[in-house]
Amino acid sequence: MTLLAVEQLDARHGLLQAVRGVTFKVAAGETLALVGANGAGKTTLLRTIAGAHRPVAGRILFAGTDVTAVPAYARLRTGIALVPEGRRLFAGMTVKENLLVAGAYGRAGPWNLDTVIDAFPLLRPRINSRASNLSGGEQQATAIGRALMTNPKLLLLDEVSLGLAPIAVEALYRSLEALIAGGATIVLVEQDIARALGVATRVACMLEGRIILEGNAREMTREQVTQAYFGLQRPRRTS
Amino acid sequence: MIWVTQLLNGVLLGGYYALLACGLSFMFGVMRIINLAHGDFAILSACLVFLIANTTDISPFIALVVVLPLMALIGWGLQRWMLERSLRAGMLVPLLTTFGLAIVIENGLFEYFGADTRSLAPYIGDFAYDSWAITGNVYIGYLAALIFALAVVLLGGLKLFLTYTSLGRAIRATAEDSDTAALVGINARAVYGIAAAIAVATAGLAGVFLAMRAVFTPYSGPEQLIFAFEAVVIGGIGSLSGTLVGGIVLGVAQTFGAQINPQGFLITGHVVFLVVLAGRLALTGLRGRGGIQGLLARQP
Repeated sequence: MTLLAVEQLDARHGLLQAVRGVTFKVAAGETLALVGANGAGKTTLLRTIAGAHRPVAGRILFAGTDVTAVPAYARLRTGIALVPEGRRLFAGMTVKENLLVAGAYGRAGPWNLDTVIDAFPLLRPRINSRASNLSGGEQQATAIGRALMTNPKLLLLDEVSLGLAPIAVEALYRSLEALIAGGATIVLVEQDIARALGVATRVACMLEGRIILEGNAREMTREQVTQAYFGLQRPRRTS
Repeated sequence: MIWVTQLLNGVLLGGYYALLACGLSFMFGVMRIINLAHGDFAILSACLVFLIANTTDISPFIALVVVLPLMALIGWGLQRWMLERSLRAGMLVPLLTTFGLAIVIENGLFEYFGADTRSLAPYIGDFAYDSWAITGNVYIGYLAALIFALAVVLLGGLKLFLTYTSLGRAIRATAEDSDTAALVGINARAVYGIAAAIAVATAGLAGVFLAMRAVFTPYSGPEQLIFAFEAVVIGGIGSLSGTLVGGIVLGVAQTFGAQINPQGFLITGHVVFLVVLAGRLALTGLRGRGGIQGLLARQP
């Protein structure tokens, strides 16, 4: 069943068109990895899907409903949650407060303070620490936990491994794999192609605002994706 | 003993300043707006309570039950129809908007009430003047003690509200980063409306107590704004606990100044304000820590 359908989406940053006619679908329970170089339009695409960025053309259908004009705060209640690039935690608030503030406005569901802490055990001893005093890995775990507290149907993850120590990335991806195994629907923006291919069921590669390669992660080689990443391959879609 | 009395009077006066400054500090802390009509909202509220007390013989304390929600509604409307629009044009425009609003309120009140000096003291009977005798020479006025207690309860209550309630956390999240707050489901527009309602209602509360303990005219607002502004700058703008400290420092400075010289009441308060400002300037520098805003602000 299609959970998210993006149709001919255009989005701009001032005069720059960051997303150009992007069309793709995400089925429930699927993990789509969006890869691409810096400036390819991945973050703008994710922010537009979450409602944080207004598109200039196209439609976003979520669970069969057109949510294109729905503001970000209301879109969250339909079940779309974004973990933004750079974490964007509320630095003056504790980990617990960051989680609770999201939980108060989200949907009802299995995720609550206890289940989030169980999913990210590294947060347990830091629950009353200010977000500004956390390590990068702890901040990222809090950011993902904050999104989970809203009990999303679709989780949008933007550059979750960016700037983290390898050991923190390992821990984070172990938690993500558990989420995916639990049936979560995820759109993951990732610069690390190997990691993206490791967890995703499908991969889409963006270049200059367009999706130029899309297909089943298992059928795609790392070389194919790398070539598309650098714009060395003609646009193609598989499956 | 006279200095002890003056110290007590100063602390209690500081409670009034803290009550007055609470809304100004809160609005800046959440919305990053300095409301130049803050003092005029206090006087507007005092005028409304005076109108009710004068025409119906209802106690000013009971009239507050009607006027405070009305002031909250005015605050919500101010945000929805004026500040929200003016904020789109940058930080300076809300400052000019509230400056213009202050002039409109003052002249509107002058048009309706005239220029006469008024007070609510006659409407609360002996409560305006009675006091406890602590020792033979030291007295604490009932009204001054009530105002101080109210300031502590209000500022403490606001702090607890911001820390322990969902709405309080939403207000803090929106104050920190309104874009990200929207991504966790918070409607920033509604939060700003609530913050403005709280700020204007607290200004209204302070205005009514000003009218009980002293006199006011339609043009008393700007003077009250200066006292509120000095209290929040001394305590650290945006900081609720700092607002109480700032109010007390200002109140003590004024009463000590008046004790040294009868003309020294206002000037001593202004001097302390300028010394604190200069101290902050020396410590942080205008350029080093975020310009004027960094100079005035302290973490809530």
